[in-house]
Amino acid sequence: MYDVVVIGGGPAGMAAAIRARDLGLRVLLLDDNDYLGGILPQCIHPGFGIHYFKEELTGPEFAYKLMSNLEGVEVKTSARVLEIINYSDIEKFVVYTSPEGVKKVPTRTIIYAAGARERHAFEIGIVGDRVSGIYTAGEAQTLMDIYGIMPGKEIVIVGSGDVGLIMARRFSLEGARVKAVIELMPYPGGLARNIMILRDFNIPLYLSHKVVEVRGRGRVERVKVVKVDENLREIPGSEFWIKADTLVISAGLIPNVRLLSDIGVVIDPSTGGPVVNDRLETSIPGIFVAGNALLINDLVDYVAEQGELAAEGAKEFIDNGGILSKHWIKIEKGENIRLVAPHYVSGERDVWLYARVRRPMENVVLEFPEIGKRIRLPVVKPAEMLRIKLRAKEIREAENKITIRVIEND
Amino acid sequence: MEKVKVAIVGAGITGASIARVLSRYENLEVHLIDKNPDVGWGVSKANTAIIHGGYDDDPKKYPMRAKLCIKGNRLWHEWVKELEIPHIWNGALIVALKEEDFDELEALLKRGIENGVPEMRIVDREELFKLEPGLTKDALGALWVPIVGQIAPIPAVIAITENAVANGVKTHLETEVRGIKVRNGEIVGLETNSGFIEADVVINAAGLYADDISRMVGIDYFQIHPRKGEYWIFDEGVPGPRRVLFPTPTPISKGIVVTTEISGHLMIGPNAQDLPPEEKENLATTREGLEEVWEGAKRLWPNLPPRNKVIRTFAGLRPEPTGGDFIIRAEKEVWGFINVAGIRSPGLTSAPAIAYEVVEIIKNDLGIKLVEKSKWNPYRKEITHFFALTYDEINKLVRKNPAYGKIICRCNRVSEGDILEAIERMKFIGVKTPSVDSVKFRTKATTGTCQGSFCRPRIIQILAREYGIPPWKVTLKGRGSEIGVGDVKSLIRGE
Ligand SMILES: Cc1cc2nc3c(=O)[nH]c(=O)nc-3n(C[C@H](O)[C@H](O)[C@H](O)COP(=O)(O)OP(=O)(O)OC[C@H]3O[C@@H](n4cnc5c(N)ncnc54)[C@H](O)[C@@H]3O)c2cc1C
Repeated sequence: MYDVVVIGGGPAGMAAAIRARDLGLRVLLLDDNDYLGGILPQCIHPGFGIHYFKEELTGPEFAYKLMSNLEGVEVKTSARVLEIINYSDIEKFVVYTSPEGVKKVPTRTIIYAAGARERHAFEIGIVGDRVSGIYTAGEAQTLMDIYGIMPGKEIVIVGSGDVGLIMARRFSLEGARVKAVIELMPYPGGLARNIMILRDFNIPLYLSHKVVEVRGRGRVERVKVVKVDENLREIPGSEFWIKADTLVISAGLIPNVRLLSDIGVVIDPSTGGPVVNDRLETSIPGIFVAGNALLINDLVDYVAEQGELAAEGAKEFIDNGGILSKHWIKIEKGENIRLVAPHYVSGERDVWLYARVRRPMENVVLEFPEIGKRIRLPVVKPAEMLRIKLRAKEIREAENKITIRVIEND
Repeated sequence: MEKVKVAIVGAGITGASIARVLSRYENLEVHLIDKNPDVGWGVSKANTAIIHGGYDDDPKKYPMRAKLCIKGNRLWHEWVKELEIPHIWNGALIVALKEEDFDELEALLKRGIENGVPEMRIVDREELFKLEPGLTKDALGALWVPIVGQIAPIPAVIAITENAVANGVKTHLETEVRGIKVRNGEIVGLETNSGFIEADVVINAAGLYADDISRMVGIDYFQIHPRKGEYWIFDEGVPGPRRVLFPTPTPISKGIVVTTEISGHLMIGPNAQDLPPEEKENLATTREGLEEVWEGAKRLWPNLPPRNKVIRTFAGLRPEPTGGDFIIRAEKEVWGFINVAGIRSPGLTSAPAIAYEVVEIIKNDLGIKLVEKSKWNPYRKEITHFFALTYDEINKLVRKNPAYGKIICRCNRVSEGDILEAIERMKFIGVKTPSVDSVKFRTKATTGTCQGSFCRPRIIQILAREYGIPPWKVTLKGRGSEIGVGDVKSLIRGE
C-alpha cells in the first residue's frame, strides 16, 4: 500500500512527490510520457524558477533540478492512469497501464497533477479546410523542441498569451516569419516581458481581431481575420486574408480533469479544475490536486508550490485518518474576479489565494471586506495571476465567507 | 485458364464492395485503383454513416435506389459480422412536428411497404417519448424504423479492402486514372500517372468524378455535381439520442439528423447545399452551413451543448447525378465498360447490393461466365483496440509485445501496439505515403477531446520510424500535407 500515488510527473507532481518523501511517506510517481518534466522539457526558453529556486532557469533545467531529487520515490514513466477507484475515504486504487501491463495499486491518498490541455481550432470556431499546418502552440513546441521538426515558414499565431508570444519568438529565432499575432481581446494576454518579443522581432499584433477561417489544399495557404467590436462581435466588412502556411493556436488551457470527473469530483466551471480546500483536497477525501490541473498558472514556481502543499495535505490526511472536520470559510468571487482557488479555507494556517481578474484595471484596491483587508495595486490584468497570502488570524475574523474583489481606488 | 482483367476505378465504399464480391471468382483478376493514398477518402469519408431503412425512395422515380437500399441494409447485417466492422443497429425515428407532417409519414410508410421494408410503424406522442425522452416537446409522433443502423464508414471501406486483398485483389493507390484506352469498341486498359494498367473490364466507381471517367470513353449522358453537407461533432459526455432522429423530409433532403455516432459522440448534420460541378474538392466548412445545421438540429434536440463542447466540424460532398437515380449499367457503346455512377445517398447502405448487381451485369450483359473459387475467405479480423479490451486481455497482449501497454492517444486510449498494427495493415493494402489520417481512421487516435495535440507528434515519430523516413516528411493526409518543412534548423541554413 502506497501512502501517496502522484499522477503526473510535471513540476507539480515532482514537487509533490519530493515533499511527500521528505515527510516520510511512501510515494509512487506516474507519468505517461517517456520522460519526466511534463511540458517543461519542451520549454527551452528561460524564465523559470526565480521564486522557487531563486535562480533563472530554462524549462529543462527546472525539470532536471526536480528530477535529480527524486531518490526514494518510486517512479514509472510510459505509465498512463486508466482509472481511479475511490473505494472509501481512506482506501483508493490507481489502475495504470505501461509496457509492463495493467497494474492496480492500492494507496491511501492521491495527488492529481495531470496538467492541462490546449484549446484547439474547432473549439474556437474556426471553419474552412481541414489541412496540415494547424497546430496548437504546445504541439508546435513539441515538434520543434522535443523532436527537432520545423513545422512551417510563414506563421500566424492566434492568441497573445505567454505561450503564443514565446512561440512567436521561437519561430523567429529559427528563421520562420511570424506574420501576425491575432488577439481577440482589446489588450494583449501575456506578461509584459513577453509582449516585448513582438517589438524585438517586428511582429504585428492585431488586438480586437479573430481568425475565423483557414483555406488551403493539403496545407494551410491563407487565414481569414476579422475585427471585433467591444462586445467581441465581428464587424462586417472588416475581413482580410493573411497568406501563411502555418496557423498556431494559443487560445488558452483547460485543466485535464476527466479521471476526476469520472469519479464525481466537483469541478469549478470558472477554473476548470476541482473545488478544493486550503489543503488542495478535492470533494473526494484523500484526493488532492496541484498545478495546472487545479487552475491554469502562469508561473511554474506556483505550480511547484501547490505540489508541496498537496503533499503536506496528504501527510495530514494520513496522520489523522482524514482531514479533521472544521468550520470551513468559503472564498467568494466579488467584483472583477473571474476565478479564485482554493475555494474553502479553515483559518488554521496561512493560505495562498490564487485569483484572476476578468478585465484589466489601473490603480485599484484588492479588497476582502469581511476581514477588512485591503491591498493597493497599480494594475491588474487577466493574464497575471494574483497571489495573495491570507494569514490564519485574518481568516479567523470571518464568519462564513470571505469575498475577494477588485475595485477602483478612491 | 485465361483470366479476365477487371479494373475498378475508385476505392470508396462502392468500389471496395465490388472488389470484395468479385474476389470470389477464380477467373477474374481484380485491380482496385484510387488516386488517394488510402482507401475510402472520397465521398465515403464524410457522411452521416447511416444504414438507411429503404423506405423513402420512390420506386417509380428512383428504381435503383429503392431496390438496392433495402437489399443493402439486409446484406450489411452479414458483412459487419464477417468483416468485424464497428456498427450499431439502433433504429430511426422520423419525427413529426406539425399535424401536416403525418401526411408525409403516411406516404413514407406506404413507400416502405412497397419497397419491402419490415417492422415500420407510426408511433404516437406517448410512445415516442418512451423511445426518446430528450426530444423536443413539440414532437407529435414519428415513423419508427427499427431496421436502421450506423456503421463506421471509413473503417468499413478499410475492412472490405483488407478482405478483398486477402482474397487476391491488387490495389493501386496514389494512382490517378487519366485516360481509358478503347480499341474496336472494346476496353484495352487504363492510362494512369503510374503507368498503363491492362484491363478487359473497367468498372467506374469514381464517386464525384464518375462523369469524368465516363467521358474518357465518350459516354457523357450524365453529369455529377456536388451537394455539400456539414456536420458538428461534440465531446464525449454530451448526452445524445439513442436512435437516429430525422425531421420529416423535404423533397431535396432527408433533413438534418441528430444522432449519437458509434463512437458515442453527439453528431448533428447535414444540410444540403448545391455546388457547381467544378467544386468537387470544396470540402470547406462554412459559418452559414454550420449555423443552418445548428438551427435545424435544435428543432429536434433543444438541449444542444455550449459551442465550446465542439470537438470537430466537417463537410462531405454528395455526388448528385443527372436524373437523381444510381446509374449502374454496362454501356453498350464500349464493351467492358460498366458505370456505377451517381452513387449518392443512400450509397453507403446500398454498396453491398450494388456489388452483387455488378456481378449480374458481368454475367448477363458481358456474358462472362464466372467460376467460383473453391476457397474464398469471407472473414477479416478487426485490429486491436486497447479501449475495447479487458485488463486481462491487455496483459496477455503485453506479454507478447510491451507496446500494447503503452498509451499514445490519451483521450481515446490508443496504444502503441494498436498503431503498429494499423501501420502493418496500411502496408498490407499498399499505402505508400504514411499519414496521420491513415492511423486515425484505423485506431481513432487524434479524434478525442484534445483533437490530437498530445498524440499527433508521437504518431508522427512512430510513422517515421516504421516507414523509414524523416519525421517532417510524414503527412497529415497524403502528399502536400507534410507535417513540417525540414529539421528545426533547416530555415536558418537557408533550405
Ligand atoms: C453529406 C453526406 C451524407 C451521406 N449520408 C449517407 C448515409 O447516412 N447513408 C448512406 O447510405 N449514404 C450516405 N451518403 C452517401 C454515401 O456516402 C455515398 O453514396 C458513398 O460513400 C459513395 O461511395 P463511392 O465509393 O461511390 O464514392 P467515393 O467514396 O467517392 O469513391 C470514389 C473514389 O474514386 C476515386 N477516384 C475518382 N476519380 C479517380 C481517378 N481519375 N483515378 C483514380 N481514382 C479516382 C476517388 O478518389 C474516391 O476514392 C452521404 C453522402 C454525403 C456526402
